[in-house]
Amino acid sequence: MTPDLSINFCGVKAPNPFWLASAPPTNSAYQIRRAFEAGWGGAVWKTLNHEPIVNVSSRYGAIDYDGRKVVGLNNIELITDRTLDVNLAEIRQIKREFPNHALFVSLMVESKRETWHDIVKQVQDTGADGIELNFGCPHGMSERGMGSAVGQVPEYAEMITAWCKEVAKIPVMVKLTPNISDVRAVARAAQKGGADAVSLINTINSIMGVDLNTFAPKPAVNGLGSHGGYCGPAVKPIALNMVSSIAADPGWKIPISGIGGIQAWQDAVEFLLLGASSVQVCTAVMHYGFRIVEHLESGLKNWMREKGFKKIADFQGKGVANIKDWGDLDLSYKVVAEIDQAKCIHCGLCYIACEDGCHQSIKWERVPTDEFTKNYAAPHAAVPQASSLKSQASSNGNGHALVNPNMHFTKSGDVVTLPGEGDGYVGVFSIKQDTCVGCNMCSLVCPVDGCISMKQMPSTLPKMSWKEYQKKLAAGEVAKIQPPEHV
Amino acid sequence: MSTKANTTDRAAQLAENFAELEPRFTPDESVAEASRCLFCYDAPCTRACPTHIDVPKFIRQILHKSPVGAAETILSANIFGGSCARACPTEVLCEGACVDNTLLKEPVKIGRLQRFACDVASEKGISFFDAGPTTGKKVAIIGAGPAGLTCAHELRKHGHSVTVFEARELPGGINTYGIARYKYGTEFALTEVERVKQIGGIDLRLKTPVSGAQMAQMLSEYDAVFVAIGLGKTSSLGIEGENLPGVWEALDFIFQTHTMPLEKCEIGRRVVVIGGGNTAVDVATAAVRLGAEQVTIAYRRTADAMPAFAYEYDLAKADGIHWEFSAAPLRVIAEGGRAAGVEFARTRLVGSGRNAKVEQIAGANFVLHADMVIKALGQEPLVELAAAVPALKVEKGRIVIDKATGATSVAKLFAGGDCTSKGAEVVDAVQEGKLAAAGIHALLARR
Ligand SMILES: Cc1cc2nc3c(=O)[nH]c(=O)nc-3n(C[C@H](O)[C@H](O)[C@H](O)COP(=O)(O)OP(=O)(O)OC[C@H]3O[C@@H](n4cnc5c(N)ncnc54)[C@H](O)[C@@H]3O)c2cc1C
Ligand SMILES: Cc1cc2nc3c(=O)[nH]c(=O)nc-3n(C[C@H](O)[C@H](O)[C@H](O)COP(=O)(O)O)c2cc1C
Ligand code: SF4
Ligand code: SF4
Ligand code: SF4
Repeated sequence: MTPDLSINFCGVKAPNPFWLASAPPTNSAYQIRRAFEAGWGGAVWKTLNHEPIVNVSSRYGAIDYDGRKVVGLNNIELITDRTLDVNLAEIRQIKREFPNHALFVSLMVESKRETWHDIVKQVQDTGADGIELNFGCPHGMSERGMGSAVGQVPEYAEMITAWCKEVAKIPVMVKLTPNISDVRAVARAAQKGGADAVSLINTINSIMGVDLNTFAPKPAVNGLGSHGGYCGPAVKPIALNMVSSIAADPGWKIPISGIGGIQAWQDAVEFLLLGASSVQVCTAVMHYGFRIVEHLESGLKNWMREKGFKKIADFQGKGVANIKDWGDLDLSYKVVAEIDQAKCIHCGLCYIACEDGCHQSIKWERVPTDEFTKNYAAPHAAVPQASSLKSQASSNGNGHALVNPNMHFTKSGDVVTLPGEGDGYVGVFSIKQDTCVGCNMCSLVCPVDGCISMKQMPSTLPKMSWKEYQKKLAAGEVAKIQPPEHV
Repeated sequence: MSTKANTTDRAAQLAENFAELEPRFTPDESVAEASRCLFCYDAPCTRACPTHIDVPKFIRQILHKSPVGAAETILSANIFGGSCARACPTEVLCEGACVDNTLLKEPVKIGRLQRFACDVASEKGISFFDAGPTTGKKVAIIGAGPAGLTCAHELRKHGHSVTVFEARELPGGINTYGIARYKYGTEFALTEVERVKQIGGIDLRLKTPVSGAQMAQMLSEYDAVFVAIGLGKTSSLGIEGENLPGVWEALDFIFQTHTMPLEKCEIGRRVVVIGGGNTAVDVATAAVRLGAEQVTIAYRRTADAMPAFAYEYDLAKADGIHWEFSAAPLRVIAEGGRAAGVEFARTRLVGSGRNAKVEQIAGANFVLHADMVIKALGQEPLVELAAAVPALKVEKGRIVIDKATGATSVAKLFAGGDCTSKGAEVVDAVQEGKLAAAGIHALLARR
């Protein structure tokens, strides 16, 4: 059976949990129409104000990581630059065309009760499904007493939410800023003010870089710049933590829309598992366009099929309870790293990571090539001379488990080489499991999928958390745990 | 490959025929390729490089958009890094050792990245090396090939004064005269020599062949002497007719593609190349590019035993060159006083491996018609210099050295490069020049 991806988010129904975040992709009816046609289940209209703002150029900056583009994006753009009338007319039009899609409208106005009342009324007149209060924009608007200037002060957030609720007949969602030390304070205030949902995260205060020729920040406006809002894949872990901390907050009742760095279906599932019941996406769409929703939807659907989930509610929030205080974690649980020699490509990355950055628990042996081929059974015997390099890759032949079966000799002319070999030896790496502290680092850097795994070891300690340990220690029931040995 | 030797614009066509096989990476390509490198620790590629260029370091410099820094990394280990990037058999050196062969079945393209970095530095005209403070020690170097010039460069870094004696008109040795033209031409090779000279103070004397007696004399005039004279002519076949007009010696044939405009180079219609190594392939591919209609490489052993590198063999095949294996030349056939073909005996191998004996099969002789026959066996050693110093230990014409220091059996006399081996690669000559310079410096520092 095809899993049902539809959701009901604080009373608003949507064909799937994938919504567009309030941002440039939701600027106009033209874009939202394209998005809904592409498969997005909902959208939050680009933030409105009574007066359109004036933007600067340029506006965006990005960080690339070793060849991958836009791992993180930042912007110094403001809210909508179109008039309220035009926006309202288009919202009305879209709602007529797409009655079954979720359409929220993001708002940000001066902190005056009448002003908020007025815009809320005008918006719900269009037939929009809900309102999102933008308490998060970290630049430009905050200096005018809006956006994160409100979102950083719980009392203001609560007050403005309450004002909106005085006139709103449709759900009111509060969008939270991450530029605060404990996001739960404002979340609680929003809930107290009567919010029907919260969404997070908005963008993070940031400067993307500095131009090494002009010393201007990135992005720059005629040589000068300003801090902007950071988003994209790099921010996901921050967003996940904030979403889960709210979901786990005792007394939390209202739904959460998860935002921040979602680009693959797994990201979306993670937000759903950690307490979100819809997700919003901006950067990935700005990067690749609306078409990415196809992958999000297909990935989620097939994951649900494999897991046997029929509807989103079957797994929504199921990861929240697994997040604990550090002090509740089991001190007796022990894992150590293990290298699968049949997968190892002899790059030495695990070794140097552990040696210089961790706990000096990887053994490095320079095994002479002859010995390697004998002891580790690399295929020395049959080295055919064929026409091309690729067809020369000989078969391993013996399938010995100690050597990677993809590791082949190459013969060219009179010379025979083996990948990983040089100066007459192959570096062979193994874990010193008696000193390994089980930190994971080697398994994180190993370029071969599944080559280093973490194996559970029998424990030398009774099962206990740090909190229990403190008690037992005080009661004299356990001895002090000795620190690990270091070189 | 299509060759239109008779078109009106023959020079342009020839230039196209000899164009580089692979163009330089664009900056975008270089970053994309560099991002494939894993940045191995104690990297196999670096270990496999005879000059031990820190490959992961220079690739990371390219990745972080510092190709000039990458060039510095490369050139400090190998001042001929630009040449090696194009001429090395990377498939069995750095790239053969790359762990991406195991992970992705495709190595990082180290040679092309190296070329990119060196080219960028050249274009920016950046020089990286300064001569050391003058020590007052004098070293004579005989031969301005990769080994001699590298040794000179290293010694200048230490502040020793160097005089390089070179028999030929142009410096650079085989790197200037003998590398297949599609890898690079003389013009590029000379920029590599310029890079060496940038350090300053290298007294390079061209057209100055050194005799055995002069070398013996130098041993008393200089604090040390480095011999890097390379090898001589291709070995002779020892068969009837091999001195007929129309029979060429491989090096002469290749040299002409470097010393003459391509349209002036001599070329036959039907060419038979005798040999099975890289030189034979270089000759044959040059012959095709010069417009020969039919080119055959005849090798007396089988394909398995062929010493040519796999990529050279592939290239020859792609060029439409015919291989005649198990064919031993018996005599060059003359017609009108010129070579008109070669008679071969069919052979079979008795035993296995490179030591297998080649046996001629009786009654299976055959003739390949040709108006140009090119001998491409190994190079003969140049024995005259060594003979002048009786105490100098020589084996089969090759000067015997201590591999670690380049020292010979005679005090103050060092040697390196092809004259100490049976012929290797540019990169080996560079490394031996480096090691000998270190050996010489250690000696000079001691005294
Ligand atoms: C046809 C051919 C193709 C090759 N292709 C490649 C290739 O693609 N890639 C690669 O890496 N390697 C290649 N090689 C090998 C490479 O060119 C050599 O290994 C390298 O040039 C050796 O350097 P060397 O300095 O020892 O000698 P050489 O380059 O031979 O230099 C020796 C120098 O000494 C000079 N000399 C000799 N006698 C005297 C004297 N008495 N007095 C003064 N000067 C003297 C010579 O004129 C010459 O300039 C090729 C070799 C040949 C023959
Ligand atoms: C150029 C740009 C403009 C944005 N404008 C708004 C806005 O007007 N209102 C708002 O609530 N959030 C705005 N955002 C924040 C996004 O809605 C979203 O919260 C943030 O980008 C994190 O999601 P992501 O990682 O998927 O991009 C903007 C983001 C970007 C990149
Ligand atoms: S898990 Fe940590 S301590 Fe153990 S071997 Fe790996 S990097 Fe070293
Ligand atoms: S990082 Fe992985 S592949 Fe590389 S040496 Fe270590 S175990 Fe082998
Ligand atoms: S072996 Fe390959 S992947 Fe490793 S450092 Fe060298 S080029 Fe990079």
